[in-house]
Amino acid sequence: MKVLMFGWEFPPHIAGGLGTACYGMTRGLARNGVDVTFVVPHAYGDEDQRFTHVLNASEVEALYGTTGSGADDILEKMSFIHIDSNMVPYISPEEYQTYHEKYVKSGQQVWSTTDAWKQRYTFSGKYGANLMEEVARYAVVAAQVARDLEGQFDVIHAHDWLTYYAGIAAKRISGKPLVVHMHATEYDRSGEHVNTQVYAIERAGMAAADRVIAVSNLTRNIVINRYGIPAEKVVTVHNAVRFAEHDTVAPERGVSDKIVTFLGRITYQKGPDYFVEAAAKVLKRVPNVRFVMAGSGDMMNHIVRRVARLGIADRFHFTGFLRGEDVHKMFQLSDVYVMPSVSEPFGISPLEAMRSNVPVIISKQSGVAEVLDYAVKVDYWDVDALADAIYGLIEYPALAKMFASKGLEEVTNLKWNDAAAKIKKVYESAIEENTNQSK
Amino acid sequence: MKTVCLYFQVHQPWRLKKYRFFNMGKDHNYLDDLQNRAIMQKVARQCYLPMNALLLKLIKENKGKFRCSFSITGSAIEQMKAFAPEVLDSFKELAATGCVEFLAETYSHSLASLASKEDFEEQVKLHINLIKKEFGVKPTAFRNTELIYSDEIGAMVAGMGFRTMLAEGAKHVLGWKSPNYVYANAIDQKLRLLLRNYKLSDDIAFRFSNRSWDQWPLTADKYVQWLASEETPGEVINLFMDYETFGEHQTADTGIFEFMRALPKAILAKKNGLEFATVTEAAKKHQPVAVLHCPHVMSWADEERDVTAWLGNELQNEAFSKLYAQKEKVKALKSADFDYVWSFMQNSDHFYYMATKWLSDGDVHSYFNPYDSAYDAFINYMNVLSDFIIELDKALAAKKSKKA
Repeated sequence: MKVLMFGWEFPPHIAGGLGTACYGMTRGLARNGVDVTFVVPHAYGDEDQRFTHVLNASEVEALYGTTGSGADDILEKMSFIHIDSNMVPYISPEEYQTYHEKYVKSGQQVWSTTDAWKQRYTFSGKYGANLMEEVARYAVVAAQVARDLEGQFDVIHAHDWLTYYAGIAAKRISGKPLVVHMHATEYDRSGEHVNTQVYAIERAGMAAADRVIAVSNLTRNIVINRYGIPAEKVVTVHNAVRFAEHDTVAPERGVSDKIVTFLGRITYQKGPDYFVEAAAKVLKRVPNVRFVMAGSGDMMNHIVRRVARLGIADRFHFTGFLRGEDVHKMFQLSDVYVMPSVSEPFGISPLEAMRSNVPVIISKQSGVAEVLDYAVKVDYWDVDALADAIYGLIEYPALAKMFASKGLEEVTNLKWNDAAAKIKKVYESAIEENTNQSK
Repeated sequence: MKTVCLYFQVHQPWRLKKYRFFNMGKDHNYLDDLQNRAIMQKVARQCYLPMNALLLKLIKENKGKFRCSFSITGSAIEQMKAFAPEVLDSFKELAATGCVEFLAETYSHSLASLASKEDFEEQVKLHINLIKKEFGVKPTAFRNTELIYSDEIGAMVAGMGFRTMLAEGAKHVLGWKSPNYVYANAIDQKLRLLLRNYKLSDDIAFRFSNRSWDQWPLTADKYVQWLASEETPGEVINLFMDYETFGEHQTADTGIFEFMRALPKAILAKKNGLEFATVTEAAKKHQPVAVLHCPHVMSWADEERDVTAWLGNELQNEAFSKLYAQKEKVKALKSADFDYVWSFMQNSDHFYYMATKWLSDGDVHSYFNPYDSAYDAFINYMNVLSDFIIELDKALAAKKSKKA
């Protein structure tokens, strides 16, 4: 089975959990005998290419504009894509004709470019001011990719709203079934004040999809209740965690104090302010503990100011954004890991912490709470309970030990192979349904 | 006869390197050696060495009539010794002429005067000893970090035996009064105050190369006319500025060195009725005309002329209080290594980098700031401070157990 997969990030160039999940998932799928063609904007050239063929979407030429002749079928299929006209680069009919003939004659799949007329777009791959444009452009390129790879895939899989237009475009062009993957909903990101544009894209993506995969039952319920997607179309597949092939040596600890860690984007969704308030409460009781907030985000400056105002800045440290080995190192240095997310569709980082033998505290409002027994669960807003839990885990070694060892056992059984097998089943049912429909 | 009092401030902070959480407990070298050396050597090349040579020449040419004053911070002297010893030698040469006065200040260019009397006195004592050692003279006049001044700070300075102190001729303190007279401290009237004429000082320090300034280009003759004219009434004109003005803030190609080369001769021309004096001489020469009331702290920085550039937001307040909370421990330890770190951690510059007021004086702030943001500066400083505290506690515990 072959999958054309659209993502927005892939290790090592990641900003959040999505890239990590995609990596684990594609590996798991490979083990289950599924070939993945992963389309990601702006591949940097040093991706781990063993398990997926990373196709740099930025290097695939997109066709724009209208022509009077030729390849009308493509243009028809592309016409649904809403692109602001002022950003459509000009392309002349002759030029288009030349390209089209060459393409048809050679049957070339991915062509090399020497022609200046081919507009080459570079995706920034980051959430920017012109994100909507990026999403639209990505969709146009996706359509081209789907056409180039015609007959080389059986199903399309799109991750998160950024790639949903791409998924829809690919589906319309190829006629293959589409599976969209909800890693997070707009309600998780923005609370009740959703961005209606994003909401509309999410809804359109799920409506056009043959199957929707939700990363937790929490997310599945949101998809059904808030987006009005038929329940029978929505399947929950919990994320898993990938184990490193070789265990790295634990880094030497610089400080003897207990270390309590928050690791993630410093945004409203992740509840960083509850972590700070709990830290202040714990520090009032216990002197030999340090709190570390690893990550960056739009609430970072606010949090730094709050820490300063609480007068705990000598015990509360910021590392900035961490990647790769540093993330691993941070987990290994931690005694307690806290994920106080206000809304977390899944939350893969507690699993990574548990893998490093670190007891975790997670909010009840996280999807990962559905699959974990050996994690302390608190309401994100209950700062007292959070402080209590932190205190317990650093002051009572027996408790911490129990959570760490049982947690490691538990997390070991959450394998991407199993998650990927479930995803494969979703593919199979989507393909079957698709073939039945077309018959 | 009006007295012209030229005073130059020489300071270089010890800049911290990027110090991450992962360094804590393992890495105790906090300084950005490369940057500190590069900056010191660059400023030496562009400012200290050529300007010192010029001043020496001017002193010799004018046979003792050209006089000026300096204060050089301990941090700057430490860096000269480490990276540009010839600069310190050239200052010693200036000292040997007898026409240059060296003032006392805080050793680390610190905010100790805002922390406590003990911290302040300790910092000043350290600096006096250094100046005595390097230049062979005991300072008789005082200037606080960034001209930070209040009635109380003045009284503390008087209590340490000084009879002369510099302060800003801030409009909000002076009101209708002129900065061109000697004033007295409100609590201890034995302390005489020389107030900076910020208009005439900034004409050189800030506006000299500004082509959109209606007085550009500024020539020595024009400038001396201003000093001599009746539009500048009074007895003493205090021109206080950063020494780095010459060749660094105002680069050589602006003509700043030519301006300074011509200035003494123009000032000393008989018809102008002007003379040079060092800080102590100027204060002795003229009687105080009034008491200056300054209940709130002022400084020479920014439009506000207050201390909000260093202690204006919660980041700065937190870093400041966490730093000075360590004083007793550092004192008890009596270790040269820890004293050294303690000294550079007090550089007011670290707090300046954490400023978040970016309106009128944003340009000046960002010019001097090695960090991307105030938050970066704060995080980095606190990481270093946290490690320093850990090491301090460890060393103290070890000391105690040895005793026991």
